[in-house]
Amino acid sequence: MAKYLLLKHYRGGPAPVNDTRMDQWTPEELAAHVQYMEDFAARLETTGEFIDTQALSPQGTFVRSDGEGRPPVTDGPFAETKDLIAGWMVIDVETYERALELAAELSAAPGAGGKPTQEWLEVRPFLTEMPTVTE
Amino acid sequence: MNESLLRELVPAVIGVLVRRGADFASAEDAVQEALIRALQSWPDDPPRDAKAWLVAAAWHKFLDAARAETARRGRELAMEVEPPTGPVPGTDDSLWLYFLCAHPSLSPGSAVALTLRAVGGLTTRQIATAYLVPEATMAQRISRAKRRITGLPLDQPGDLATVLRVLYLVFNEGYSGDIDLAAEAIRLTRQLAGSTDEPEVAGLLALMLLHHARRASRLGPGSRLVPLREQDRSRWDTGIIAEGVTILQAALARDQLGEYQAQAAIAALHADAPSTSETDWVQIVEWYDELLRLTDSPVVRLNRTVAVGEADGPQAGLTELSKVDPDLPRYTAVRAYLLERAGDLAPAAELYAEASHAATNAPERDHLTREAARVRQLLRP
Repeated sequence: MAKYLLLKHYRGGPAPVNDTRMDQWTPEELAAHVQYMEDFAARLETTGEFIDTQALSPQGTFVRSDGEGRPPVTDGPFAETKDLIAGWMVIDVETYERALELAAELSAAPGAGGKPTQEWLEVRPFLTEMPTVTE
Repeated sequence: MNESLLRELVPAVIGVLVRRGADFASAEDAVQEALIRALQSWPDDPPRDAKAWLVAAAWHKFLDAARAETARRGRELAMEVEPPTGPVPGTDDSLWLYFLCAHPSLSPGSAVALTLRAVGGLTTRQIATAYLVPEATMAQRISRAKRRITGLPLDQPGDLATVLRVLYLVFNEGYSGDIDLAAEAIRLTRQLAGSTDEPEVAGLLALMLLHHARRASRLGPGSRLVPLREQDRSRWDTGIIAEGVTILQAALARDQLGEYQAQAAIAALHADAPSTSETDWVQIVEWYDELLRLTDSPVVRLNRTVAVGEADGPQAGLTELSKVDPDLPRYTAVRAYLLERAGDLAPAAELYAEASHAATNAPERDHLTREAARVRQLLRP
């Protein structure tokens, strides 16, 4: 089996089909969206394909070393950062096609007006362990 | 009693419960619970008869579960609560379990998990850790697999090819955490070879042993991949190699060639050689031809081009490579290697770098990046 990261972006991907921003949804629409995500994760656990899901705060800070013995240098947050990751789900599935199928299902989570957001998710394979037999 | 001896008892104990009338899924659950209890209590309080202890504990777990189930449904417990008396039968129960757990109706991942639990006697937690999956997910994967095979007839011979495929998958996973999956695959294949005399089972066992023997030399400091041509062959385990070769020769003498025997023959030729340059590449190419005839696998065709490159020179290898699908994983890495051997360093460096981006695991990626850097050094004036 192979692990894949389903990456959800606040910004950076192509625009979703149902593109009303979340802060303009009704509370019921928000609740329905969250419920869909939770049900989806719970169902994946029963199929034996669930690994992890996490949401990220949009508040990020860039950090770098400033040389030995000096405090780290920080910068940001940058309001205009092009690529902003909202969260992820990690799945463990038999095939790449199954990973695509699940990503599409997750992207059908309801949004404004109860209609699927059809947002774009990025599917990235994990690097695996090195196989024992290579030649 | 150590843990691996305890685990070896698991298939037999499942067999006892099934013969007493338990269904496979419930029996397997009960034995798993008994196993977990044994792992906890035996270090302080070892039993006199390990198998009898496990059978008794598992049978009680099974009856508890059956009672709870019948109470839930408001029905009478139909099962005889007292187990049949007398000694536990010593029949080999493992063979039908192999076939059941690797049943063709299961996906490969489910078959691997179920085989490791019911035949291998590993706990769900150990399997989950070995595959870097949460325990709850692994538990669901296993119970789902068991539901899928519920009601299948157990008296028919199963599909040996899928059993071997499952064992090969376990071996090839390569991850070595607390549970050494490669060693576990060898143990299970060795046990299977004791129950059936199919030459392909012996072929797979030989293949595993011949690769396992070279394991210590495959990774350098910092998990650095060491390619075959640079491996310190003095670190190869000659005892395991000798065992693998003996098993392979006996299998080949039966004259029923299969893909695992052919792969093992290639591994044996590598294991037998003091260096890459002293390897019998001509014979290796011949075995690849056999393997292609048996499998018609594109990956075999690609690996064959490397052997042709060694046997007949890099140009011959490149000619063969032009007949291979360029979309295959490792195609670019093979082309880079053959071009470097042919002295075409600039494109070789480019292709090593390109191949590193396409690598599907970190040791290979890092190795290809180092190869690109090494060839670029050679290009500097």
